[in-house]
Amino acid sequence: MQEFIDIALTVNGEPVSRRVEARQHLVDFLRNELGLTGSHLGCEHGVCGACTVRVDGAVVRGCLMLAVQADGADVWTVEGLSDSGGIADLQEAFIARNALQCGYCTPGMLLTAAEMLEAGRRMTRTEIRAFLSGNFCRCTGYHAIVDAIGTVMERRFGG
Amino acid sequence: MADPPGAVGRPLPRSGARRLAFGRGTYTDDLRFPGLLHLAFVRSPHAHARIVKINPGPALAAVPGARVFTGADIARVCTPWQGLMDNLPTMVSPPQHAVAVDRAVWQGEPVAAVVAASRAEAEDAAAGVVVEWEPLPAAAVRDRTLDEDAAPVHPELGSNLSYAAAIRAGDAEAALAGAAHVVEGDFSFARHTGVPLEPRAVIADYDPGEGRLTVHGGHQAPWHQQDTLSRHLGIPEHLVRVVTPDIGGGFGIKLHIYGEEIAVSAVSKLLGRPVKYVADRLESFVSDVQARDQRVSARLGVGEDGGIRGLSVDALSSLGAYGSYGRPPINEGMMTITMAGGPYANEHYEGRLRVAFQNKPPSGMYRAVGQPIACAVTEQLLDRAAHAAGIDPVDMRRRNYWTDEACPVRTPGGIGIGRLSLRACLDRLAAMMDYGALRAEQAALRGRGIHRGIGVATFLEMTSIGPERYGPAGARISTQDGATVRLEPSGAVRCVTSVIEIGQGTHSALAQIVADRLGVAPQDVAVVGGDTSLTPHGGGAWASRGLTIGGEAVWRAAQGLRENILELAGSILQADPADLDLAGGAVSDRATGEARIALAEIGRIGHFRHDTLPPGVQPELAVTRHYVPDAVPFALANGVQGSWLEVDPETGEVRLLEHWVVEDCGRIVNPLLVEEQIRGGVVQGIGGALFEECRHDEEGQMLNATFADYLVPMAAEMPDIHVGHVETPLEGTALGTKGAGEAGTVGAPAAVLLAVNDALRPLGAQVDSLPITPESILHALAAGA
Amino acid sequence: MKAPRFSYVRPESLERVLELLAEHGDEARILAGGQSLMPTLNMRLSEPRLLIDINRIDALKGISLEDGTVRVGALARHAELLDSPLVAEHLPLIAAAMPHVAHVAVRNRGTFGGSIALADPAAELPACAVALDAAFVLASLRGRRTVPARSFFHGLYETELAEDELLVEARIPALAAGYRSSFLEFARRHGDFALAGICCHARIDGAVLSDVRLACFGSEDRPRFAGAASAAAEGRAWSGEVKEAVKAALGGDLDPIGNFHASAATRLHLARVLAGRALDRMAAAG
Ligand SMILES: Cc1cc2nc3c(=O)[nH]c(=O)nc-3n(C[C@H](O)[C@H](O)[C@H](O)COP(=O)(O)OP(=O)(O)OC[C@H]3O[C@@H](n4cnc5c(N)ncnc54)[C@H](O)[C@@H]3O)c2cc1C
Ligand code: FES
Ligand code: FES
Repeated sequence: MQEFIDIALTVNGEPVSRRVEARQHLVDFLRNELGLTGSHLGCEHGVCGACTVRVDGAVVRGCLMLAVQADGADVWTVEGLSDSGGIADLQEAFIARNALQCGYCTPGMLLTAAEMLEAGRRMTRTEIRAFLSGNFCRCTGYHAIVDAIGTVMERRFGG
Repeated sequence: MADPPGAVGRPLPRSGARRLAFGRGTYTDDLRFPGLLHLAFVRSPHAHARIVKINPGPALAAVPGARVFTGADIARVCTPWQGLMDNLPTMVSPPQHAVAVDRAVWQGEPVAAVVAASRAEAEDAAAGVVVEWEPLPAAAVRDRTLDEDAAPVHPELGSNLSYAAAIRAGDAEAALAGAAHVVEGDFSFARHTGVPLEPRAVIADYDPGEGRLTVHGGHQAPWHQQDTLSRHLGIPEHLVRVVTPDIGGGFGIKLHIYGEEIAVSAVSKLLGRPVKYVADRLESFVSDVQARDQRVSARLGVGEDGGIRGLSVDALSSLGAYGSYGRPPINEGMMTITMAGGPYANEHYEGRLRVAFQNKPPSGMYRAVGQPIACAVTEQLLDRAAHAAGIDPVDMRRRNYWTDEACPVRTPGGIGIGRLSLRACLDRLAAMMDYGALRAEQAALRGRGIHRGIGVATFLEMTSIGPERYGPAGARISTQDGATVRLEPSGAVRCVTSVIEIGQGTHSALAQIVADRLGVAPQDVAVVGGDTSLTPHGGGAWASRGLTIGGEAVWRAAQGLRENILELAGSILQADPADLDLAGGAVSDRATGEARIALAEIGRIGHFRHDTLPPGVQPELAVTRHYVPDAVPFALANGVQGSWLEVDPETGEVRLLEHWVVEDCGRIVNPLLVEEQIRGGVVQGIGGALFEECRHDEEGQMLNATFADYLVPMAAEMPDIHVGHVETPLEGTALGTKGAGEAGTVGAPAAVLLAVNDALRPLGAQVDSLPITPESILHALAAGA
Repeated sequence: MKAPRFSYVRPESLERVLELLAEHGDEARILAGGQSLMPTLNMRLSEPRLLIDINRIDALKGISLEDGTVRVGALARHAELLDSPLVAEHLPLIAAAMPHVAHVAVRNRGTFGGSIALADPAAELPACAVALDAAFVLASLRGRRTVPARSFFHGLYETELAEDELLVEARIPALAAGYRSSFLEFARRHGDFALAGICCHARIDGAVLSDVRLACFGSEDRPRFAGAASAAAEGRAWSGEVKEAVKAALGGDLDPIGNFHASAATRLHLARVLAGRALDRMAAAG
């Protein structure tokens, strides 16, 4: 029962331990304590998806999870997935299709798209749109994002 | 002068995209400063109230070390500003303090700034500041703000009217009286805001030793910010530097001067420490400028042949408690009455405008400023007239467009039209939509009780506003942009521009322009910008001007450098520069195309081997040029949008099926960039048509100031958007671009409105209020039944 | 927008959770998926002194079938419900509802128990529980009790849960032979809370409906069992006439609360349309 708690976890494959304030959410921890500024804050109330990170294999809203709750967890952010090459084809498709403008939503979009690909099958444009329904992009109009994800599905799972 | 086939015109991926896609963007909040303090604001819970007393005691007790600055504290180092324009002597607007002094005039206005070691602690302390209020009546119902008994927003002004204007050409009343069909509409356009995903953020760092202020923040017009900071904080302008890192979207929201941003600099000056403020989303909804918010009654008369006889438009445009500083806050309304009817030949026009204050967040420019309103009103009336005259809506437009022979022409609203391509756009759109087949499908489905609608809307997009408007207004905002292009010793090229990159990809397009002028590949050109202390002075990112103004400046600078390189090469090669060319990274022989000397060699000699040059030869391998858009007062892009949707008359649900745009933004530098600008703009327009609305109660409390309640368009509801192009280069410029940033937003609300009403027409219902909601459709159906 | 200060504890046993609840009462808040609690904390709408994180209590996890009853642990995540073959087979109503609950990242954390305990009037799961005659198991140091879903929801975010009580699990009768479910909701955007929604569960024999259970959400301050509308269809063969009777009866069941998203009249209208369509579908499915 404390306001400050010691936690140990892995972030992007590397072990990390810190003392955190109970009230600090995961994205503030990643950004402010670890300097991983690729995860963004757009609302801090769970609606926009800019803060999307992967925790124990599944995407979550980084603003709706406390850092202390990640104690013992395996956390991945856009930085780690970029380094590992795990989403390289998605990133290339986003770039080729101009599926990003200001780029503020992009890390969250990429992580959500990566989870979509876990299903291991091609989806219709409608399904892709539904899967993205929790990630706000103010710039692109979504069309190119849907195109880019569709392209990767085609490449990974056949035409 | 046309470039040979090169980078311009090609759909090249954006140079900056990779960095952003790898999570390596650097937005304001990502920057790190030693000794940084965090600032949070105490905001007014009332839309209108007198500040009786502010007691910071409990705050300081809760967070030892915190500091509280009231409006009066800030006012000691920061003078208030007033949003007046020299050329609008009848417009009134009161002085505005960075932080409210004595009286708060909207719910959410900052009344104290609180500084602590972290944002969380600043908020802890802010929660402890006790403000004693005396609530005052508020004016918060748009259509009643000008009533006799409305509460005064600024009692010292004597009325809530900020400005009134009228435009008359011919005799609209007589023309309407004589028209075969007169149709009308009483339209309402809700208040929205721009909602860039990255909230406004600023870090001010005042260095007391040097008396220098450095401000980092995602601003669309950093020179305007610099000018304001200098004059209102009393810091000489050359000691104020505004740096714009990556910007997470702007759309006009980050174009303005905000009390918060200025207060942060004031506090930094008072403390001599770097201070950061990042608006949270709840604050964005009550402090970002809000826009639209108009009621427009309009009538259109047409003859039996469907030809327009006259148009009359009466607009009530609502500001918040203040208009934007330095930019005409009445533009939203002025755009409505000047652009209404614009694409169509007409002689008789009357436009009337009243602009009123309300106790709501300040108003400012949001993507497309007033033009979506002008477009929706015009296009909806034209559809109604087509129906009344028994003419197909597409034919109706074709027969009413200004003819090429009539142009150039000044519309009755006062818009100078040079050359448009409306017929070409319309034909292209009809082909893309397969308009005839769609109409047949619509009719067949109606027979089965499925109600689909088609909306075809023509738009004009005024871009790249020139000096004719901002100069006489006395606005301290530049309408020109500048660029320096320089050859590095290695033969690589740097372009330093005043254009601000906010995600549009302009910097990438500038590299394409430079590449072609200098005969190098776009990846050999690095574009940098976003630092008022380093780049040429310019206007920034607004009015879709980046390429048309900034691009032209870059073109000229690159052209100047090209000439200098050829001249230097001439003296090195003992050749006449006129016989030389630049291609493939080398100086070549113009006649044979044969490479003579690599650019890298020119760079090396020009920078390091002056000893080998003939006496008197001075290499000038950096060229700065500016461009004032003086060919025309503004550029006018145009196009047509089509919407295909389904209305469920039982639930009022609107399902968007497909959307098409054919646009003409002049010469296209990079179609990939243009298409996503258009699509993003369309989706924002659809937001305004179907979802977005800042809702306030009668006391001026914003009811939906969260992301869960202010509905922005999300992927699942948006249609695929097909974009086609017609290219009519802008005359009088080397590049020939117009702008493309707002076209989507101008035309989409109209296309959707028309399509909804097209679907509803057989059911006897029409809607005239945006956003169109399931509820408003159900009401319209109930009224029509 | 940062949460106010609070303390945090992550007990390892159910017993310890109950002790903490007993000790701290109103000053403490259970932290399950956090998908509703965290926004209110970040917005400083709630300022508890202590968060009791139940995410590591194994006894609260899992979905299983025991003697014709599906046990859904309080910590079963929305994503688990969505993907569970067991739910698809035995609780088709919930399977149909889950795609409408929020978005993937929220479903990966949000829990069944959190949704029930929060009792948002526009949430899907509470209404499903009402239509399916679920029972909730509540535990405190004082002991355990089982509360039927129909009497669990008291009002806006108010439930039968006492300050010291934890929702442990739900027991939901598995789909019996001859029964069918149908679910429909109307939301402005995919994954938003609904403006109106309907859960239908009934036995259907030929076209004849019996044991009809209609529950509405997004209308009133809590999920509402629509007794009159259910009765209007009871024992009757589905027809246009019965549909009109159900819609009319719904007016007696519901007294919707309007707000700026939709007025009371619109909500009632939508509930009627959805009820008709949901029953149409159910009848057509056979
Ligand atoms: C963007 C967004 C969209 C959403 N859309 C929907 C939607 O469409 N439909 C929908 O139903 N929900 C929606 N939700 C809410 C989501 O489903 C939540 O997960 C759910 O309502 C609460 O579950 P939780 O596990 O996250 O609970 P928490 O947020 O952890 O807790 C919620 C409340 O319940 C209490 N509580 C939690 N578990 C227990 C327990 N076992 N015993 C006693 N008390 C407990 C907590 O103390 C707290 O007061 C949305 C959320 C977001 C952020
Ligand atoms: S910042 Fe987490 S969802 Fe918006
Ligand atoms: S690219 Fe700007 S928000 Fe998506």
